[in-house]
Amino acid sequence: MRASLRGVGIYLLGFGSLFLIWHVLATWVLSSVLFPTPWKVILKAIELAEDGTLWEHSSASLARIAAGFAGGSVIGIPVGLAIGSFPIVRRLLEPYTEFLRFIPATALITVAVIWFGIGEGSKIFLIIYTTIFIVIINTAAGVSAVAPNKIRAARSLGAGPAQVFFFVALPATVPYILTGMRLAMANSFVTIVAAELVAANNGLGRMIWDSRMYMLVDQIFVALLVLGLLGFIADRLFRWGIYAFAGRFSPVT
Amino acid sequence: MALVQLAQVSKVYRSLQGSDYVAVRDFSLDIEAGEFFCLLGTSGCGKTTVLNMVAGFEKVSAGDIRIGGKPIAGPAADRGVVFQGDDSLYGWLSALGNVEFGMRMRGVARDEREKKARHYIELVGLKGQDHKHPSELSGGMKQRIQIARVLANEPQMLLMDEPFAALDAHTRADMQRELKRICAATGKTVLFITHDIDEAIILADRIGVMHAGPASKLKGIVPVTLNEQERERTHDGFVEVYRQVHEMIRDEVAIALRRTH
Repeated sequence: MRASLRGVGIYLLGFGSLFLIWHVLATWVLSSVLFPTPWKVILKAIELAEDGTLWEHSSASLARIAAGFAGGSVIGIPVGLAIGSFPIVRRLLEPYTEFLRFIPATALITVAVIWFGIGEGSKIFLIIYTTIFIVIINTAAGVSAVAPNKIRAARSLGAGPAQVFFFVALPATVPYILTGMRLAMANSFVTIVAAELVAANNGLGRMIWDSRMYMLVDQIFVALLVLGLLGFIADRLFRWGIYAFAGRFSPVT
Repeated sequence: MALVQLAQVSKVYRSLQGSDYVAVRDFSLDIEAGEFFCLLGTSGCGKTTVLNMVAGFEKVSAGDIRIGGKPIAGPAADRGVVFQGDDSLYGWLSALGNVEFGMRMRGVARDEREKKARHYIELVGLKGQDHKHPSELSGGMKQRIQIARVLANEPQMLLMDEPFAALDAHTRADMQRELKRICAATGKTVLFITHDIDEAIILADRIGVMHAGPASKLKGIVPVTLNEQERERTHDGFVEVYRQVHEMIRDEVAIALRRTH
């Protein structure tokens, strides 16, 4: 308990130093209206939180990430399992995964907007797109990485092919799936901001873009701070969820 | 009739270049029910190939393997396998979960399988460790769990592929004693693969010595009729059997060394 308290203390110290360096830079080194101090940004954030703007934009971005991330994972996991399990499926789908994954989601923003409009459709499409390949590739790699002896042991303990899949291959792959999802989560943040910068009615990317037009540098920094914070919380929650509900499947990091 | 019958068994592997590698050729062996048979050979002699074929993991290229008179069709619960490494254990399951895995697959009711699994965990000397996961267990404990997992499934015979090779000397000696005790208690038929002459003499009713690979088969069989006290490394009886086995395997070791250098 004391050790973990100390761990948290050091952690907070790390965060504190980040803000301290920012403060020093903004106050003495790069003193300019274009680089606000942390204190100014926090005050601005409180102001935006009180009038509801911050909530509107953050929740819009988060909802898109959640929907796309869930969609991409739900499609990606079974596809990855199939690719990893059956060589035929691998050969059939590899052109898709190996070709499409090199086209970044950001390159597809314009196409997505033309196809699905500037509403939720294009954003969710892009998040699904950015999620799905990482999840597929990690899942497939996880299936291939299952130790052959695990499967042999199951077979000689009397498990049939379906049982081997559900009770051995699948649980053995879970760490890889979770790792893929965690990486995909980080990508989702990149993609959503880029998409909202180009075309959106709300969201943190839109907030940055609007602020730029009126030179509201403080407000841009609020959006950046919130993005960092949300990403951090999302990743921690994900990790916490893994350890709480699937501790035995700790992700391969 | 012998429980296990291998008749003129051959195994040929085809390499990617299309050339054939004959691992085992015309291998014949009968193992009686209740017998502890050690298959001894140099590295690369094909002893694991023989075990994998009996387990049903690999198909024979020629010849015939029968268990209780019936030809084998792939792996099945009548032949429990203990592997050398610990990568066959299920890291996401507790020791108990690992041991009851086979029964769970067969649909045995939870209470019954838990009871039986605990019994075998106790039998292998791990009482009270059943909630631990493999990552929390030492190498020796993990091998005990593997043995318990196989025993709990109540197979006709055990196939053990150098199960103690990765353990330190003390743990290995300990495990050999335990295995003898367990086999005496359960009367299981065992096919045990090893390259360690001492280990074979400590454990076996009969020792089969293999030729060096490739295209290997049995060179000869040495029966071990020693009692418990005589299976001490310093005992005259032990030394005598050692001499016999060593005589047989010495040339094969030399051949194997020449081929790999």
